[in-house]
Amino acid sequence: MLLRHTTAAVAERSALTVNPAKTCQPIGAMYAALGLNGCLPHSHGSQGCCAYHRSTLTRHYKEPVMAGTSSFTEGASVFGGQANLVQAINNMFTIYEPEVIAVHTTCLSETIGDDLPQIISKARDDGKIPARKFVIHANTPSYVGTHVTGYANMAKAMVDYFAEKNGVRSRAVNIVPGFVEPSDMAEIRRIAGEMGITPILFPDTSNVLNGPLTGKFAMYPEGGVTVSELTRSGSSKATVALGRLAAGPAARAMDVKCKVPCHILDLPVGLKKTDEFVDVLRQLAGVQVPDSLEVERGQLLDVISDMHQYLHGVKVGIVGDPDQLIALTDFLVSVDMIPVHIVTGTPGKKFEKRIREIVKDVPHRVNVSAGGDMFLFHQWVKNEPVDLMIGNTYLKYIARDEDIPLLRYGFPILDRVGHSYFPTVGYRGGIRLLEKILDALLDRKDRDSPESGFELVM
Amino acid sequence: MSQIEVLKDRKSQIHLKGSEPFEMTCDRHSLSGSVSQRACVFCGSRVVLYPIADALHLVHGPIGCAAYTWDIRGALSSGPELHRMSFSTDLQETDVIYGGEKRLYAALTQLIDQYQPKAAFIYATCIVGIIGDDVAAVCSRVSREKGIPVLPVHSEGFKGTKKDGYRAACDAMFKLVGREDTADVSPFSINILGEFNIGGEAWIIRKYYEKMGVQVVSVMTGDGRVGEIGRSHGAALNVVQCSGAMTSLAEMMQKEYGIPFIRVSYFGLEDTAKALYDVARRFPDNPEILTRTMDLVKNEIRAIEPDLKEYRKDLEGKRAAIYVGGAFKAFSLIRALKTLGMEVVLAGSQTGTDEDYRILEQMCDEGTVILDDANPVELSKYVIEKDADLFIGGVKERPIAYKLGVGFCDHNHERKIPLAGFIGMYNFAKEVHSTVTSPVWKFAHRRRRV
Repeated sequence: MLLRHTTAAVAERSALTVNPAKTCQPIGAMYAALGLNGCLPHSHGSQGCCAYHRSTLTRHYKEPVMAGTSSFTEGASVFGGQANLVQAINNMFTIYEPEVIAVHTTCLSETIGDDLPQIISKARDDGKIPARKFVIHANTPSYVGTHVTGYANMAKAMVDYFAEKNGVRSRAVNIVPGFVEPSDMAEIRRIAGEMGITPILFPDTSNVLNGPLTGKFAMYPEGGVTVSELTRSGSSKATVALGRLAAGPAARAMDVKCKVPCHILDLPVGLKKTDEFVDVLRQLAGVQVPDSLEVERGQLLDVISDMHQYLHGVKVGIVGDPDQLIALTDFLVSVDMIPVHIVTGTPGKKFEKRIREIVKDVPHRVNVSAGGDMFLFHQWVKNEPVDLMIGNTYLKYIARDEDIPLLRYGFPILDRVGHSYFPTVGYRGGIRLLEKILDALLDRKDRDSPESGFELVM
Repeated sequence: MSQIEVLKDRKSQIHLKGSEPFEMTCDRHSLSGSVSQRACVFCGSRVVLYPIADALHLVHGPIGCAAYTWDIRGALSSGPELHRMSFSTDLQETDVIYGGEKRLYAALTQLIDQYQPKAAFIYATCIVGIIGDDVAAVCSRVSREKGIPVLPVHSEGFKGTKKDGYRAACDAMFKLVGREDTADVSPFSINILGEFNIGGEAWIIRKYYEKMGVQVVSVMTGDGRVGEIGRSHGAALNVVQCSGAMTSLAEMMQKEYGIPFIRVSYFGLEDTAKALYDVARRFPDNPEILTRTMDLVKNEIRAIEPDLKEYRKDLEGKRAAIYVGGAFKAFSLIRALKTLGMEVVLAGSQTGTDEDYRILEQMCDEGTVILDDANPVELSKYVIEKDADLFIGGVKERPIAYKLGVGFCDHNHERKIPLAGFIGMYNFAKEVHSTVTSPVWKFAHRRRRV
């Protein structure tokens, strides 16, 4: 019982986080930057930040993750990090030859007050940035927001630095996916393709963090949105953001900067939320939903109907990031399951309101916390056990101690594979989620059923 | 790949044996912009203190530092597991403006009341150093109020390299030494330093010493306990593993308590045997210890030798690349790989000293590349050029090796099986054999063209 110290009585904790359900902004910014073609993310802070982010992303994706660091010293912390960053920019363009360097700040560089735009323009004036190469930045102090907002900030930086309007509206549609897997990004692109839309998708980590074994080490894998696509994105006819928190700010920035109208949607997880996404694409493309997608939708519906008696009334506890939880809660409610405990580590008042709205007809009390942690979640589970938990790998401690099946979903997943390759968005993603939910529930039923009730056919 | 150049300023940290006189720069701060595999001061402190299982480990800073170090090291405990929880003061913007001391005090007292730890370590992160929280003052106040040692660890990330973090951890730990009674400590006794019980390694080593008739007063820090550290000053000898991590504690104990120390390695047959003999010879008043040690070494080696011979048949002549944290580990690895008939074509470390690299240079064959604080481009360049069959490294190197179609063995936090001691050599051979001979590499492009 690793978590044997966890008590059922929930005490007020104002200054303490135990077993976090979040991490800091910079890692989100680093992940988003990897979705830019030929980009080398750069951590403007101590060496450890960069090492930790790279290690965590490597554990989650099982891929090499490249990023530079300003390697702050005591001197830099007193006199400012300008010299370090200018030298870093010079070194990186000289030896690693990226197209873009995407700098994000850390708690250290933010607190000492480094002015990134000023440092970047100094680097340009000093001739450290070669022609047709770029340095962009996002402010991501670790004491504000979480990894989700860090992702949002870097996605927005892509708009701030690159999007241009040339006066002519193209037929292209921008799609900004939230903090989702490379597989999800590829699936979002595929769905748009089925609707006859070739999107400008950014960030796009597919073919970056789920690449093949080639026998070569590629500093810059093939995937990612290109600078020229981002430049053109300012002339697109619309932007669709998937995930209000992680993708919304980039879409709104595009609207403000280039007057590209934006549609800010939830992540397309499950039947209803995918319907909403497909419907917006349909209107933008001015087409009927193609048969191919109708079939996929019908298949998802078919699986739900085939197995609905096993889903009915199942109590679920979920931990994750706000965009994922909103869409997932909606999906669980729509298949007659009962989300009982919902915890995100990312603070925000709107989150609880949205969740309350989604669960208003659920015939059960629902605990919701924005800015909670795994310890609180565990206490809730002790007070009211659930049949299934959905969340990242850190839930495995609770799953083991309380003997509850766990479906790994979200970030990070440190102990299983699959998330890089098989999406959970779209209709097909919905089928995969259901498959995983049912596997977990029915394996448990098979294990726990008395011999007399042990069934061959389910 | 072969035309990839290395950063000009990095050239002095790379040496090709046989091509030039030995002259290497090391122990310097990483070049800005280098995609280094190194971490920070906090990381160094955290990995050293982390295995002390009945202490509270509270990270004072924004959430990231605590989140990334939550249970990442497989340092096993035979009892309490408080060290596997993640506690953070989770500093917010207002704390950065107004200071985090109140928050630290509140978190600390609440945690001590709830978990009743034997001691508490408070890790100062970058931001704490900048906003100027007086962590030491809060610690001594709480220590007075709660009656347990509450120790600040000065591990601000920017204040040096990982090695400085080791030192900060040793400084904190040294305050625990000397607090307990040493009445039952035998004159034939040691402390094991720099052994973190990854995969249960400390248990293996402890058992060897017990069989030899040597009392182990404390292991620092594998399966560590505050009470054991408290009476560690009663031991007759400090046996220090690993080049950098805990030498400074041994030095402090030598100065304060007159305890001599020796440096050892428990990796590979030769080094393990040497370590045990070195310790046994320190107790000439009890010659039985040496006799028992000889028996132990003979029996242990005899037990695994036939298996090692089998593995060696397949591994003879295969080429290995090594990139590890401390250079001392690289020495052991080179000897162990030679035991398996393998050739080392690249050897590097994150934190080696000049002396370390001189030793490394002597141990290696002509043509071996020696690297200090390398980056992925350099590593992959030399792995391909030298046509390595095996890469030994840590978490960030694993996927690079696999992308190149090269086998991999984790010799860092993520190893799951004990690699220390005689049985550890067997485990190592088995793991190296399984990855080097894996059929998957036959499908990798690089191998196809061979």
